[in-house]
Amino acid sequence: MTAESRVLAPTPSVQAGTARFRIYRYDPEYDRKPRMQDLEVRLHAHDKMLLDALMRIKAEVDDSLSFRRSCREGVCGSDAMNINGRNGLACVTSLRDLRQPIVLRPLPGLPVVRDLIVDMTDFFQQYHSIKPYLVNNTAPPERERLQSPKQRDELDGLYECILCACCSTSCPSFWWNPDKFVGPAGLLQAYRFLADSRDEAGAERLDNLMDPYRLFRCHTIMNCVDVCPKGLNPTRAIGKIKEMMVRREI
Amino acid sequence: MVLAHRRFDAVIVGAGGAGMRCALQLARAGLSVAVLSKVFPTRSHTVAAQGGIGASLGNMTEDQWLWHMFDTVKGSDYLGDQDAIEFMCREASGAVYELEHLGMPFDRNSDGTIYQRPFGGHSANFGEKPVPRACAAADRTGHALLHTLYQCNVAAKTQFFVEYMALDLVRDADGDCLGVIALEMETGQPILLESKVTVLATGGAGRIFAASTNAYINTGDGLGMVARAGLPLQDMEFWQFHPTGVAGAGVLITEGVRGEGGILLNSLGERFMERYAPTLKDLAPRDFVSRSMDQEIKEGRGCGAERDHVMLKLDHLGAETIMKRLPSIREIAMKFANVDPIREPIPVVPTIHYQMGGIPANYHGQVIVPANGNLEMVVGGLYAIGECSCVSVHGANRLGTNSLLDLIVFGRAAGNHIVSALGQGASHKPLPRDAADATLSRLAQLDARSDGERTQEVAADLRRTMQAHCGVFRTGPLLAEGVRKVAMLADRAARVAIKDKSRIFNTARIEAIELTNLIAAAQATIESALARTESRGAHARDDFPQRDDANWIKHTLWFSGGRPLQYKPVHLKPLSVATFEPKKRTF
Repeated sequence: MTAESRVLAPTPSVQAGTARFRIYRYDPEYDRKPRMQDLEVRLHAHDKMLLDALMRIKAEVDDSLSFRRSCREGVCGSDAMNINGRNGLACVTSLRDLRQPIVLRPLPGLPVVRDLIVDMTDFFQQYHSIKPYLVNNTAPPERERLQSPKQRDELDGLYECILCACCSTSCPSFWWNPDKFVGPAGLLQAYRFLADSRDEAGAERLDNLMDPYRLFRCHTIMNCVDVCPKGLNPTRAIGKIKEMMVRREI
Repeated sequence: MVLAHRRFDAVIVGAGGAGMRCALQLARAGLSVAVLSKVFPTRSHTVAAQGGIGASLGNMTEDQWLWHMFDTVKGSDYLGDQDAIEFMCREASGAVYELEHLGMPFDRNSDGTIYQRPFGGHSANFGEKPVPRACAAADRTGHALLHTLYQCNVAAKTQFFVEYMALDLVRDADGDCLGVIALEMETGQPILLESKVTVLATGGAGRIFAASTNAYINTGDGLGMVARAGLPLQDMEFWQFHPTGVAGAGVLITEGVRGEGGILLNSLGERFMERYAPTLKDLAPRDFVSRSMDQEIKEGRGCGAERDHVMLKLDHLGAETIMKRLPSIREIAMKFANVDPIREPIPVVPTIHYQMGGIPANYHGQVIVPANGNLEMVVGGLYAIGECSCVSVHGANRLGTNSLLDLIVFGRAAGNHIVSALGQGASHKPLPRDAADATLSRLAQLDARSDGERTQEVAADLRRTMQAHCGVFRTGPLLAEGVRKVAMLADRAARVAIKDKSRIFNTARIEAIELTNLIAAAQATIESALARTESRGAHARDDFPQRDDANWIKHTLWFSGGRPLQYKPVHLKPLSVATFEPKKRTF
C-alpha cells in the first residue's frame, strides 16, 4: 500500500465547513489515462463520514464522480476504497480523522472500471474457489442440527466478513497473483467452513488448498488484519488452516 | 441502441433474502434462472437486518404458531390478511430449520438448539407476556441469512447478473409478463431478459423519506416498474417508524437491544413505556412505541439540547452480554453516536424503516389486480415477494422479525409455485414487437437532455416534502398540500438532466432512473394516506385519531396516472383456524 498520507505535510483535519479532496479519476470512454482531480466541497451539519462528503460532491459538485455505495453503515461492503493511502470503507471513516486534502484512489491491485470502481471478478472468483457453502450430506433432522455454544463460538470472527475486499487488495501476495493466491478474504471463509462442526468436507477443503500458491503465498505481512473494517483476523485463520494441514500429515 | 437479448425460464429482479430464497428453489429444481441485482448480492439491504427471524420454535419457553399468528394479526392492527398470516406463521419453523440446515450460523443455547430472544409485540398465550421468538445470529441475523443464501446459490449454480438495473416489465396484449428490460451498468447496454415468469424482489422505497434507516439503494424500483405498467400498489400509506434510529444519523439500532433487556428513558430518567404498555412495556409493537416516544418528546420530556430524542439504556446488561449478543450495536453506537453503550445510553428517535405496502400479491407470490369484476385477478407470469410486495402479512404495522420471515417463507412459496406451474409445460409467449420501445426512448430522452435540474436537488426536495407532509404527524390539510407538492416534484423529476454522458458505469444515470421510481412510491404513499381518514397501525391521522373498523378494514389500491383509488376487502378468514376479530389494541 502506498504511504502517501504519511509523507504529506500535516494539515488540519476536517472541521465543519469545507473539505478538500484529490480523487483518482478515470473513465475509459473519455480518458486515455487516469488523472487526479482536486476539488472542494461545502459540508452540511450532518455530513460526518467520508461517504457523506462523497454523496455531497456527487449531488452538488460533479455528478460524474463514480463510486459504489449502499448501506452507509459498514455492513454491505460496497464503498471500500483507498483513503489517504489506506484501504477502508468510506461510510465508517470519520471526516474528522482524515488529513486534507483527502486522497482517494480505487482499491489497489484490481483493474479499474471507472474512477473508484474496481473490477472485483478475481476477488469473487477466489471466494467461490474455496466452495463457500456448508457441505453436509447426512439427511438433516426434522429440527435444527445441534451445535454447542462452544462449537458455535469457533465461527465468531469468521462469518462476519462483508466481502469488501479491503484485505485482499492490501495484500502484496494477492497483488502479484490474484489468479492463483486465494487471498485473505477467501481464506478466512475457507476456515469459516473448516471450523464449522456441521461441515463434512474438511478433507476436501484442505486438499483444495494444498498448492504452492492458493494458501502458501501468505507471508504473514498482516496488512489484512490492519485494514479490516470489521476487525477480523485473516492471518490467524490462515495459520489455523496451516495447523490443520500439519496435523493431518502426522 | 442495440438491444441484447437472453432467454430464461425465470427472471428474478433483486438478490436480497426473498429473491435469493426463491432463486435457490428454482435452481435446485433444475430451471434456468437469472437473478438481476443492481448491487453484488451480499450488498442487498437484507444484510442490514439485525435482531432476528421470528418462528415459534419454543427453544427457550413454550411457544405456538397460533400465538405468533395472533400477535401478527393484532400487530397489523387487523389490516393483515389472516389466511396469509396463518400460512406464514405455520411455515415459519420449517423455514428457519431449513436455513440452519443450509449453514446459517445461528447463536446457540447450551442444549445446542437455536438461540431465541424476545422482540416487540411477540407474546405467549395471546398477549400474556413476552416470549423469546426471534431466532438470532448475534445482531447480524440479516447478514448471516443473506450470505448463507448467496453461498447456497453459488453451490446451486444460479446465474447472477450483477450490477444490472431493471428498468421496465415487458407485457403482451393479454397483460401477461414476458420478462424485463434492464441496463448493464458497467457497459451502459440495455438488455431484454425474456422469461416464462418474472419475480419482483426489489425491496422497499425507504429513500422517499429524509430520515430513514434504509440503504441508498432502497429506491422502490419494482414499485416504479409496476406503476408504469399500469398495475396497482397496495396499502402504501403504511410506513413503519422504527423506534430506535440513532438520532441525527438514522442508522438502525435493533429492537433486539430491548429484547435483551434494554429500556427507553425520557429526560426525567423515567422508563416511560411502563405507562403506555403495562404488560409488554418496551417490547410493545413498533407503531405503539414510536408514538409513545413522540408523545414524550411533544410533551417536553425529550433529551438533549433540542429535547428531540430519547435515550436507549443498555449498560445494565453488562459488557459480556453486549459483546456477545449486540456487538454490532456497540460498533454503530461508537461510530455514529460517539457513545459506548457499555457505559452510556444511545440517543434514539423514531426513524422510517419499512414499507408495509407494495405490489399486491397472494401467498403464492402471484401478483393480483382488480380486473373484469374480479378484485384479485392473477397477472400471468408475474410474482412479487419480500418488502416490495404486499401479501398482506404486515397490514398496518409489521412486527419485528417478521420481515426476514416474510422473505424466506414467501421466497420459498413463490419458488414452489413457479416450479409446479412451469412443470405443466409452459412455453415462452411471443414478444410484442415494441417490447422495449418506451423504455429505450425514456433512456434516450434522459441522455439527450443537457439542461435541467440536478437529480439530487429534486430527490432531496422529495425526501423533505415526504418527511414534513407524510411523516409521523399527518392531517388532511398537511397531506393535501403534500400531494400538490409531490405532483410538482413529479414534473421536475421528468426534466432532470445529467452532466455525465458516459456509458461506462454511469451512476448519475442510475440515480436519475431511481428518481422516477421514488416519485411513484411517494405519490402512492401520500395520495393513499390523504384518503384514509382514520388512524390504524403506522398511519396516524391527528384529525382522525380513532381506528374506524366500520369503514376502513379494507386495502387501498393506488394506480399511477391520476386514476382514482380503489379498495378491496381484507381477508379476515384464516386457512384453518377461527378469525381473530378486531379488538382494541392494548399491550
